Amino acid sequence: MAPDVTSLTALWWAVIFSGFYHGINPGMGWPLAVSAALMERQHSGLPKALALLALGHFLAMIGILLPFSLMILLVAWEVEIRIGAGLLVIAMGVYLVINRRHPKILARIHPARLALWSFLAAMAHGAGLMLVPIYLGLCAIGADESGHLAAQALMGNNIITAFSVALVHTLSMTVAGGVIAYAIYVWLGLKFLSRTWFNLDLVWAFSLIVVGVFGIYFAYSGH
Amino acid sequence: MNLRPDPTFHASPKLAMQAPVENYAFTVMLSPDGSQSDGIAVVDLKPDSDTYGQIVHQVIVPNKGDEFHHFGWNACSSSLSPLSGHAFLERRYLIVPGIRSSRIYIIDAKEPLEAKIHKIIEPEEVFAKTGYSRPHTIHCGPEGIYVSTLGGGGEDGTDGPPGIFIMDCETFEIIGRYEMDRGKQDKHYDFWWNLPQDYMVSSEWGLPPQFEKGVVPEDLLSNKYGHSIHFWDLRARKNIQTMDFGENYQMALEIRPAHDPTKSYGFCGVVVDTTNLQGAIFTWWRDDDGTWKSKKTITIDPRPEDPENLPPLLQGFGAVPPLVTDIDLSLDDKYLYVACWGLGEMHQYDVSDPMNPVLAGKVELGGIARGTKHVNGKDFAYGPQMVEISRDGKRVYWTNSLYSTWDDQFYPDNEGGQMVMANVGEDGGLTLDKDFYIDFPKGLRAHQIRLEGGDCSTDSFCYPSV
Repeated sequence: MAPDVTSLTALWWAVIFSGFYHGINPGMGWPLAVSAALMERQHSGLPKALALLALGHFLAMIGILLPFSLMILLVAWEVEIRIGAGLLVIAMGVYLVINRRHPKILARIHPARLALWSFLAAMAHGAGLMLVPIYLGLCAIGADESGHLAAQALMGNNIITAFSVALVHTLSMTVAGGVIAYAIYVWLGLKFLSRTWFNLDLVWAFSLIVVGVFGIYFAYSGH
Repeated sequence: MNLRPDPTFHASPKLAMQAPVENYAFTVMLSPDGSQSDGIAVVDLKPDSDTYGQIVHQVIVPNKGDEFHHFGWNACSSSLSPLSGHAFLERRYLIVPGIRSSRIYIIDAKEPLEAKIHKIIEPEEVFAKTGYSRPHTIHCGPEGIYVSTLGGGGEDGTDGPPGIFIMDCETFEIIGRYEMDRGKQDKHYDFWWNLPQDYMVSSEWGLPPQFEKGVVPEDLLSNKYGHSIHFWDLRARKNIQTMDFGENYQMALEIRPAHDPTKSYGFCGVVVDTTNLQGAIFTWWRDDDGTWKSKKTITIDPRPEDPENLPPLLQGFGAVPPLVTDIDLSLDDKYLYVACWGLGEMHQYDVSDPMNPVLAGKVELGGIARGTKHVNGKDFAYGPQMVEISRDGKRVYWTNSLYSTWDDQFYPDNEGGQMVMANVGEDGGLTLDKDFYIDFPKGLRAHQIRLEGGDCSTDSFCYPSV
């Protein structure tokens, strides 16, 4: 079982890493936390904003992962589902490469609706999809280890895994985004807002493609 | 698309004030009778340059009769909005509408000295996609470029109310109308907003038949020009409150909200109070209960004048009305500049306390029945009109033409386009710079000024000055 333990660790690290990655992306909301605190003229605005952003992000993650946790019940089709999911993630990445326009819907949300904004931003950028191949990898290892568990137990495990993945991912995202937001708010000043703001659009789109390709590769190679 | 935000995008007004100063100005040149093509003059503002204070490039459009008036950038500091996260646009294109033709020119000003036309949107497209005509004020906002219009549909622009439409900020395709619920709004002029607080304010001039051939005295004396401003839920696109200043406050024009987005107040200039010919500034603000209030905080008196010195339009009054035709607020929300186009004066008010403005400086130049000369001894046609303030608040530029047909009514003997500059003292005060005086090419008049990298009536900020 040694290789599986390694993959398990690697996959959880991937969950954490993807959280950091989402967190530093301004598109996932850290500039909103800075502006919320400044607009409210009090420090407590920042953690409050971060919490709302985290809530929205978590809901977006779990909203994508849960349907897959049900699908994975079809153990016989596990490989096909993982390949399909990989293709879906690649398709989202390709779409974002081709369509470089920003989702206008995000501009229509009231600035105080941070959780809603965060949810829709994550959805529009396919943030949840980026987790799917990792999540399915975790479920597959879980299924191998548990062997012949009853379907119900397997589903229960998968749902717990989905929540754990979404939670760990959201926590690491919030830590990464929070560190940047705090650094700018407390220490660096607003001037660094535009300096730390990089155009991650293409990198993000390619990340989706890479994650999708890995997902398919691991599905084939049986990890 | 850039990999980093455009260096001219600033998170807060304070950061914009600290940024490098302007190198160029772009100024509207218009042919009052349509005998020449209109254009944009590029003015050198680098004090150490050999061509300082000169027109160093001109973008002349291929059509005639457009009548340029106001214009704006495709993108500004609002691109740093944390909500739309569109920081990688370039401040590169000037959107220049013709208010007579309804044609819109997109001018690529990336290299100011090589500025050129990038795209032309024909009037038919504006009519077909919006049902509006006579595009006017430009602001770059949450979903694209917002364009206010002065006319509705039909030949004379009175078929339906005018309003705002939205253009894509990259392709310059017209997306469509902005309003979902316009309430009582039936005329239009200027608009601006506070993006984080999610409100917009719009104002009223008059309908096209009330201005295109000149001011209609009967309409003015019967108070038929606009006298209300409208408050909107910006993102819900809904008029939430119409505020009537009173019907004698004719032509509520420029809307200048405080630049710092934590503040919920601003100013609006009224051209003329028909009961006493005064010019007026209203301060508007949001009360604790969420309703909008306003109070007249500045009045400027008319100057008695021998009727024989006055144009026919004013002879019956025996006085020169101030005619407050433009106002502009410095980025630190400290000084409000008020152009008194009739009197021939530029006023500077300290509005640190927005409810109690204090006159801090004044320049006399031009003016009806006065014609004060520039400190360099040259003539200044008409009076101080479109005013623009440098980002650091130290230099104030202005031009002299109001609107072709109105210039001719109020100043029948004047002709010419001029752009001048005044320096702001450390503690206020305003002094004309004798070395900065631009005489526009013969037959062309001057209107709105835009400064390279943004100015005090362009950029909207999404973060407070801290």
